[in-house]
Amino acid sequence: MSHPVTSTIEGCISAASLRLRGLFGLLCMVVACGTSADAVLDRGNGPEPTTLDVHRGAEVNAQNILADLYEGLVTFAADGRIIPGMAERWSASADGLTWTFHLREDLRWSNGDVLDATQFAASMQRALDPETAAPLATLFGSVRNAPEVMRGERPASMLGIRAADARTVIFELTKPTALLERLALPIAAPIHLASLKQHGLRHTRPGNLVSNGAYRLVEWTPQASVLLERNPHFHAASEVSIDTVRFHVTEDANAEQQRFLAGDLDLTEVVPPGQLDRLRARFGSQLRISPYLGSFYFGFNLRRAPFANQPALRRALSLAIDRDLLTRYLTGLGETPAYSLIPPTLLGDAARLPDDARRSQAERVALAQHLYAEAGYSREAPLEVELRYNTSTPHRRLALAVAAMWREQLGVRTRLVNEEWKVFVQNRRRGRLTEVFRGGWIADVDDPLTFLEAFDSNSPTNWTGYSDRGYARALATARDTADPALRLCRYAEAEALLMEAQPILPIYFYVSKHLVRDSVQGFHANLLDRHPSRWMRLQDAKP
Amino acid sequence: MSRWLARFGEALLTLWLLVTLCFVLMRTAPGGPFDFERDVAPEIRARLEARYHLDESLPQQYLHYLGQLAQGDLGPSFQYPDYSVNELIAGGLRVSLPLGLAALVLTLLIGVPLGLAAGWHRGRWIDHIASGIGLIGLALPKFVMAPLLVLCFAVWLRWLPAGGWASGDPRHALLPVIALAAPNLAYAVRLTRASLIEVMASDYILAARARGVEGRDLLLAHALRPTLAPVVAWLAPATIALVTGSVIVEQVFGIPGIGRYFVQGALNRDYTLVMGVALTAGIVIILVNLLVDALRVWIDPRLRQNET
Repeated sequence: MSHPVTSTIEGCISAASLRLRGLFGLLCMVVACGTSADAVLDRGNGPEPTTLDVHRGAEVNAQNILADLYEGLVTFAADGRIIPGMAERWSASADGLTWTFHLREDLRWSNGDVLDATQFAASMQRALDPETAAPLATLFGSVRNAPEVMRGERPASMLGIRAADARTVIFELTKPTALLERLALPIAAPIHLASLKQHGLRHTRPGNLVSNGAYRLVEWTPQASVLLERNPHFHAASEVSIDTVRFHVTEDANAEQQRFLAGDLDLTEVVPPGQLDRLRARFGSQLRISPYLGSFYFGFNLRRAPFANQPALRRALSLAIDRDLLTRYLTGLGETPAYSLIPPTLLGDAARLPDDARRSQAERVALAQHLYAEAGYSREAPLEVELRYNTSTPHRRLALAVAAMWREQLGVRTRLVNEEWKVFVQNRRRGRLTEVFRGGWIADVDDPLTFLEAFDSNSPTNWTGYSDRGYARALATARDTADPALRLCRYAEAEALLMEAQPILPIYFYVSKHLVRDSVQGFHANLLDRHPSRWMRLQDAKP
Repeated sequence: MSRWLARFGEALLTLWLLVTLCFVLMRTAPGGPFDFERDVAPEIRARLEARYHLDESLPQQYLHYLGQLAQGDLGPSFQYPDYSVNELIAGGLRVSLPLGLAALVLTLLIGVPLGLAAGWHRGRWIDHIASGIGLIGLALPKFVMAPLLVLCFAVWLRWLPAGGWASGDPRHALLPVIALAAPNLAYAVRLTRASLIEVMASDYILAARARGVEGRDLLLAHALRPTLAPVVAWLAPATIALVTGSVIVEQVFGIPGIGRYFVQGALNRDYTLVMGVALTAGIVIILVNLLVDALRVWIDPRLRQNET
């Protein structure tokens, strides 16, 4: 596999070394190479992606790459809006249960093969097939027969997704759903079934991987980088500005920042913790911080003492902490204090400001002390509680601060327990040991339902053990509401019910943080923090 | 011949014990490969476990693994299902072996002559310089040294890349090799110096001097071999540590070596990967020890006499 960048670099190395020798020669090569690599976008991408199987890749690092390689029926614009992808237009029935997508003319795979509607339907069957075991498959639970297919009770061919003709795909749903947001994810992208059949697990290797997006795979060095180049068969290939994109594995945030400073990266995946004003002074307009669809909270285990059947006590603990202090001094990168579960931007006009958010901190503390006393605790007979988190410095700092606030305002005695990540995750899931635990949710789709579903009594992520008929009813009503605006209101009502029961102690809403070189144009902040390379342009050569 | 066969048998037994111990330790560690931050549906979990035979009993899993191993197959990785453990380890070794060997060569080429010079000219300026280098090299741990190198040569001077890896491009290897070599180099200097000083005080050097042997002849013909004996003995652990990669250096420089798999594999409960790297490390340790033993016998005639 040859590619233009390496050959240029190798070319200039060999050309230079003919003329110059020794250290001076080496330095000249470095300078010469620095300016010749301007057609490449170098992106820091966090840890190694676990897989490039488009249906299985669930974590952000894999999805970033897959979003460049593949395109679904719809896709994300630079600002995160849903725009036509492989489908040029679509329509939904009045009840919101039948969706018809019309494909663009003459769609091709990166190897030139024709891509038609039957392949879309067959790909979705593969994505939801239990053999595939795709982590995000459950997002499509509202497709007709999908739950039965995912449980292996019905064959994948019975899935309510079919090709009416070569250019029409029809989705049949059992409940109105934010379908477009889901269809823009890699799991809903088509997969080249012939190469999957031929190569099996190895279909993701360079040379085997056939994709349909703006880029195609050229090179994959595990734990180092993934190299993509422009796919000439992409329907909008002429609008893709950057020829070559290299996703670098950057496990360590500080090392990633150094690589950005050294000019090796154009775009980082994260920014290491630091004080906002200092970061701003140092990076100026290159520092990009914007709201992100994520919510950080501590959860209460409602299955055992001391929090079972104690909503007032849970509320007291929640009211006693000063979120403004936590977000200003501990997280410090513009996170917003949270008094509810769902980031308000997600609910739009339906978002309600919780009562607790309107109160002053002094009022909150007074109320907390009142509720704490009502629950039967006092400074003389304080609550003893365990706060469990997975070992990490930010989690430890936050847990310490929260424990200190509880002690100061209420006299609560907190035992901090940190556990190695896998142990923590297992204990949290089983819910036998936990009392208060580190929680949090980052949405895959622009849909409040993904936050609320995590508290459904039979959800595998219901770590609190919260189970309430009223909430289940509210959620069911919301799911059945066809009108999207009205549905948001129903979600807000369900959330209000949830927050009344207070199974969690919301702390802050996440922000996304990147360093983006000024020469990179077309990087726009968006809630889902998705930044396909096809929308970016490089203005001039790198320094 | 029979001695070598016995050593081979010993090595196989050691590796089998290692594999068994690793298997037991990994399976008894709480949490499993499919405990994710975001829990998957029970039916998906069941499918995943069945795919990797985790639904079978432990003895069955163990026998299954040994059967695979007998065919040279380390199995699929749990964390990176697109790759087999054989491929991941081969890819890691392709990076870690040359880096480690380069660091070793650098260590020996600079460390041993510097140590000899320091010991020979004890108390003179070269001794002070060598001791200074030794002190700095030992005092600066890799996690300080590596970012410092990046800051100097990549961020300020911009001579070299701050990290990443492109096979065949030596610019990416330079700083990691220095970071890997530095602490070893310091140790090599101190060890050689101390050894030479000790040797110079021994009776046979005194005897050689009495016979009128002095200067370079004394060093090369009489003092060098015994001086190198402890350095050669130290080579075994140093080489093993260097070629099996360093997770710190790999993370700071973003190098796809094998070192990170020791840590990542264990944290992710990637059972097959952990067994694979443990086995690889075991093989490297056995091979390097064999090699160093042979080298020691060659350098120290007394060892040869003991054997016969």
